[in-house]
Amino acid sequence: MEQVVANGLYLGAQYALIALGLTLIFALMNVLNFAHGQMYVLGGFVTYEIYGQLRWPFVVALFASAITLAVLGGLIERLLFRTVIRRSVREESTMLLAAGIAYFLDAVILLLFGEKQRGVPKIVPGVLRAGDIIMPYDRIVVGGLAVLFIVGFILMMQYTRPGRAMRALAQDRIAAQLMGVPVEFYSLLGFALGAMLAGLVGGLLVTITGVNSGIGGPISLKAFLMVMIGGAGVVGGAIAGGFILGMLESVGLTVLHAYGDITYLVIFAALLIFLAIRPNGLMGKPWG
Amino acid sequence: MKRHMFSSRAALLGLVSALSLAGALMPAEAANKVLKIGFVGVTSGPAAAWGTSNVRSMQTLAAWWNGQGGVKIGDQTYDIDVVTFDDQKDPKRAIAGMEKMAQEGIHYVVGPNVDDGAAAVRPVAEKAGIIYFPYAFPKALYTKPASNAVLGMVANYQSAPSIYKYLKENKGVKTVAFVCANESDPISQRDGGVVAAKALGLNVVADKDTYENDTRDFTPVLTPIVKLKPDLLVLSGVAPANAPLLIRSARELGFEGIISTETAQDAKVLEEGAGELANGFISVGGASTPEIRSKTMEEFIDRYTKKFGEYNDESNTKVYALQYIVDTLKADPKAIDSVEEFKKAMDTFSAPNPYLKDSSATLHYVGTTSFGQKRQLAVPLVVNQYKDGKFETLFVANVD
Repeated sequence: MEQVVANGLYLGAQYALIALGLTLIFALMNVLNFAHGQMYVLGGFVTYEIYGQLRWPFVVALFASAITLAVLGGLIERLLFRTVIRRSVREESTMLLAAGIAYFLDAVILLLFGEKQRGVPKIVPGVLRAGDIIMPYDRIVVGGLAVLFIVGFILMMQYTRPGRAMRALAQDRIAAQLMGVPVEFYSLLGFALGAMLAGLVGGLLVTITGVNSGIGGPISLKAFLMVMIGGAGVVGGAIAGGFILGMLESVGLTVLHAYGDITYLVIFAALLIFLAIRPNGLMGKPWG
Repeated sequence: MKRHMFSSRAALLGLVSALSLAGALMPAEAANKVLKIGFVGVTSGPAAAWGTSNVRSMQTLAAWWNGQGGVKIGDQTYDIDVVTFDDQKDPKRAIAGMEKMAQEGIHYVVGPNVDDGAAAVRPVAEKAGIIYFPYAFPKALYTKPASNAVLGMVANYQSAPSIYKYLKENKGVKTVAFVCANESDPISQRDGGVVAAKALGLNVVADKDTYENDTRDFTPVLTPIVKLKPDLLVLSGVAPANAPLLIRSARELGFEGIISTETAQDAKVLEEGAGELANGFISVGGASTPEIRSKTMEEFIDRYTKKFGEYNDESNTKVYALQYIVDTLKADPKAIDSVEEFKKAMDTFSAPNPYLKDSSATLHYVGTTSFGQKRQLAVPLVVNQYKDGKFETLFVANVD
C-alpha cells in the first residue's frame, strides 16, 4: 500500500503542475487552452534537444524550455488571442482558435522533431528502496521540483505585484481595469506564464516518460480532467485535482487490476456523478 | 498593330508546331510510365514508427529503382510513385485513405498497420479492386471468403509459440504475465499469446492487466504485476513509444525476469527511453540479420540511412512488400490493371529473394497453414534480443 501511495503522490505532483498553467490561462482570460498539451510536448522536445542531444546541463535545458514556451505563449496571446477576443463577442471563437493552435503546433512539432518517441539520459541514477517503497531517485527529484515550482507559483501569485494584478484580473476584469490595472499587459504575462508552466513540466517529465509528437492531445485531456475535478480557474483546485487524479489512478490500477482496465471507466463514472452534484468542481470560483 | 499581332501569332504557331514535331520524333525512352503504389497506415502518434518504417522503405526502394531507370514490367518501363496517407491509427481515417487510393486508380496498397484499421478498409478494398498488405493479424482478413488482403509480416500467433518455446527450453521460463494496451489490437495479440503459453504448459499468472495507450507513467500499472514475480513479462502488441517506458518502469520496480513482445521495435527508441535497462528485451525483429543478409540488403540499409539519417530494424521486413508487389507484377504484367490476375499469380509465384545471402531463397506467398490460402508474404521470422543500443539475433525461423 505504501508503494501505491508513493506512486499516487508522485503522479499527483506532476499532474498538478500540468494543470496549473491551464487553469491560470482560463482564470485570466476565460480561454480553454486546448493547445496546453502541445506546449508541454514542445517543452519536452526543447529539453530533449539541449540536454539529450547537445548534452548541455539539465538545468540549462529546463530553463530553455521555460523561456521558449513563455515567449511562444506571449506571442500567441499578443498576435492571436488578443485580436480574436477584441473582434469577436462569441466565446466559441477563442475555443476554436485554441483548437486550431493545437493542430498547428502538432503539425509543426511533427515536422521539426519527427514521429519517434524520444528520451534523455536519467538525471539521477539509482533507485531508493525503503521498506515496501521502491522509488527511482530521478522521480523523487522530479516530484520534488514539481512541488517546488507549485509552491513558488503560489507564493508569486499571492505576494508579488504581478501576482496580485493577475488575481484581480481573474476576479473581475472590468473592475481591475477601472482600478488602473493594465489588463492587456497582465493577460499577456499570464498567458506567457501558463505556457511557461506547460514547457517547464514538459522539460521535467521528458527525463522520466520521454516525449513524442502525438501525446499533446491526451495530455490536454488529462489536464482538463484535473481542472474539472478541482474547479476551473482556481489554482488550489488545479492542485487538488492533480493530486486526486494521481491518487485515483494509482489506487485504481492496483485495486481494480484483476478486473481489467476499468480504472478510467470508474474514474469517469465517478466524475460524472461528482459533476452532477458539484458542477463547478471542488473549488469552482475565480481568484480572490 | 494588327499586322504585328498577326506576325506574333504566326511565330507562336510555328514554334508550337516545331515543338510538336520534335516531340513526335524524339526517342521513346524520354519518359517512363508511372506506377502508383499506395500506403495507408500510421505515421504519427505513439505507433508512428510502424508506418514510418513502411513509408521510408517504400520510398528508398522506389528512389533506388527510379534512379536505375525504372522497373520493367512486361513491355513497359515504369517509375514507381509512392502515394502515402497517414491514418493516425484511426479506422475512420484508414477508410478515407483507402478511398483516396481508389480515387487515384491505385490497385496495390501497403498497410494498414493495425487490426481495426485493416478490418475497416476491407469493404473499400474489395469494392474498388485493391490488393492490400496489412501488418495486422486478424485471421478473417486472410481466410476465405476474404481474398484481397495479404499479411506483410509474421503474425503474433505464428511467432509467439516459437518465442515461448525457446524461452521455456533455453531460459527455464515457467510463469508468464501479460500486459497490453486497452485496444483491440494488443488485446487480441494478448489473447493469442495466452493461448500459446497455456498450450506450451506455461503458468499464466496475469492475463487481464491493461493500460490506456496514452499512459505516460507505467509504474502504477506494473506495480501489481511485478509483485507476482513472473519469469516472463509479455508486453503484448506494445507500441514502440511505450515499450521503453514499460521496460524502464518494470526494471526500476525490481523486475528481474525476461521481458518480451511479438511486435517489432526500434533500437534507437529503446536506447533513448530505457538505456541499459532494455538489455535482454526480446522482440520480433526485421526479417534480416547480418548473418543472413545479402549485399542488396546491405545497400538498401545504406541508402535508407543516407536518405533518412537513421535506420529502423523493422524496415528489414517492410522492404519486402513493394518488392513482392513489383516482382509479382513482373511475373504477370496483366495484373497491373487486374487484381484477379494478381491473385492467380500468387498461387504459383516464385522469384529469387534479393535480400538473403542464400541464393536458393525465394520470394513466394505462404499462409496455407494459418489461413488455408496463400495470403502472406514469406519473410524470415527473426527473433531479436536488445543489447547496448542494437539488436542481436536470438534465432531465425520460417512460417509454413
